[in-house]
Amino acid sequence: MSTLALAVALFLLANLVVALLAAARGPTPADRMLTALLFGTTGTAVLVLLAAAGGGAALVDVALVLALLAAIGGIAFAKRAWHAEENGRD
Amino acid sequence: MIEGLSMLLLVVGAFFFFAGTVGLLRFPDVYSRLHALAKADNLGLGCVLAGLALQADSLAAALKLLLIWPLVLVASAGVSFAIARRAHVLGIRPWQKDTQ
Repeated sequence: MSTLALAVALFLLANLVVALLAAARGPTPADRMLTALLFGTTGTAVLVLLAAAGGGAALVDVALVLALLAAIGGIAFAKRAWHAEENGRD
Repeated sequence: MIEGLSMLLLVVGAFFFFAGTVGLLRFPDVYSRLHALAKADNLGLGCVLAGLALQADSLAAALKLLLIWPLVLVASAGVSFAIARRAHVLGIRPWQKDTQ
């Protein structure tokens, strides 16, 4: 069972590497921020899977913190960091 | 039985993460990419967490895993709304097939 959890975690990590292409392409800052948000969610899933595969229950707490920080990062980006003059710049 | 269901949920969750990544790469504008990202957030993580909660040691551990999901659901909805509204305010037009 923990073999499958590790396999799924590895697959999700490979997914993240591919998602970096989307961050590189842009074109708007929001498109890059979406990759960061995907990193938050996928990172949460990977941490939970690692906890189930024998990493210890503390990793679940780390996953909770990561999910929370991704949410704060997304809101801070939308409310404070995204300005019109950066639109469409590559 | 429970073991099999748990494995199935893990695989389904991995599929939705994959679909979200593909959507992030292939969809044409920020609004549709938000839609793809929501699939990974809500269904992908939800299925993975449900699958792991099925094989948790105790009820408390399973509930703690399942508590992550509503947090991510609410956060995902709030962030998607904030980003989409900001994109609208900044004048980004939704992609339309006719105009391209």
